[in-house]
Amino acid sequence: MIPPAFDYHVPRSVGEAVALLGSLGADAKLLAGGHSLLPMMKLRFAQPAHLIDLNRISALRGIREDGATVRIGAMTVENDLIASPVLQARVPLLVEAAKLIADPQVRNRGTIGGDIAHGDPANDHPALSLALDATFVLAGPDGERTVKADDFFLGTYVTALAENEILTEIRVPAFAPKTGSSYHKLKRKTGDWATAGAAVVLRLDGARVAHARIGLTNVGPTALRAADAEAALIGKPLDDASIESAAQAAMAICDPADDLRGDREYKTAMAGQMVRRAIRAAAARAQ
Amino acid sequence: MAKKMISVKVNGRTHEEAVEPRTLLVHFLREKLNLTGAHIGCETSHCGACTVDVDGRSVKGCTHLAVQCDGSEVLTVEGLAQGGVLHAVQEGFYKEHGLQCGFCTPGMLMRAYRFLQENPNPTEEEIRAGMSGNLCRCTGYQNIVKAVQYAAARLQQTAKEAA
Repeated sequence: MIPPAFDYHVPRSVGEAVALLGSLGADAKLLAGGHSLLPMMKLRFAQPAHLIDLNRISALRGIREDGATVRIGAMTVENDLIASPVLQARVPLLVEAAKLIADPQVRNRGTIGGDIAHGDPANDHPALSLALDATFVLAGPDGERTVKADDFFLGTYVTALAENEILTEIRVPAFAPKTGSSYHKLKRKTGDWATAGAAVVLRLDGARVAHARIGLTNVGPTALRAADAEAALIGKPLDDASIESAAQAAMAICDPADDLRGDREYKTAMAGQMVRRAIRAAAARAQ
Repeated sequence: MAKKMISVKVNGRTHEEAVEPRTLLVHFLREKLNLTGAHIGCETSHCGACTVDVDGRSVKGCTHLAVQCDGSEVLTVEGLAQGGVLHAVQEGFYKEHGLQCGFCTPGMLMRAYRFLQENPNPTEEEIRAGMSGNLCRCTGYQNIVKAVQYAAARLQQTAKEAA
């Protein structure tokens, strides 16, 4: 399978890329890691006349601490998230989760920004960014603006990113002391999308939950923030009863599509189970 | 759709070629350079038969554009053996019978080659995780794991002798 013909552009700066996007318009697509876009082009689900390759913009790669914020360039690949001492120390959820994404070769190409901007609810970073309370930096012809992950995912393949904008950076609050996190992803095989996935970040104050954020992967038209499940934990002791009510609240918002990974009932039940496991694992790390 | 000139070093030799932007790396290697070691398997980045090394990282040649390799160094299975002597990973697959039909083998060898540089002394579990982007439909993987273990031991022995 060979993609349809296109013209190839390789900007060296974000400004150059934004200008190209502005002049080429709706016929252009941004190329990040290419592991969603190129397969879609081979199948003719996407037929852009122009590809703007972001891979040569070195300013879009890298991870650095900026006070209590960790700033991740949108073109940082999954294997570089895994290898990052900053993330290992300050946002270990991304290290744990990236190991569950695709396979070693694909993780050398697939980027955190591409995974988010694609708007696919089956991708893992959308739910992770909801659980992490991430902020996205979008660059356009009029400069930069920021959008919270909570406000970014609007529908399947639909995001708050305008046609003339590029996602340049993901800003994540560094974990405060006694924060625990976990990502649980049920998948049939290496490289598969999640049947259901749950990302949990929580912080304990004594025996009670002081902070909880929960994101769900691939059980709705977008990644879902399970706000009622968070509310079922916050201020309560972390015990079987509160964990179960959080799992039930998460299952109540699931709206998965039937497919070869399972029917609605199965996927919803598995989302509940991923939530239970991720809460317990996160709590064990929050001590 | 204008062709682009690229300069790419493959197995130590620089090639200057005009390519259509849509040309995939695996097609460029096979059809322009006649390097047919990297195989076209699933074409959807799942099977790993097209795995090659680009700038020191394993990638799947079916989901990488040749035009993106301008200025890059590529290593394919044809570049593994040196002076008629098999590389340790090739010797391992031969000695441990790490293949049956052989279709997946070039990708397995190239991934094993890079994996053992990332992790020279891996556990069995780490080998299985490190090789998880390559599918084999014949062997059941057991002998592939043994082949990688063989190569790891061989490479460590060579390193010791050189030290």
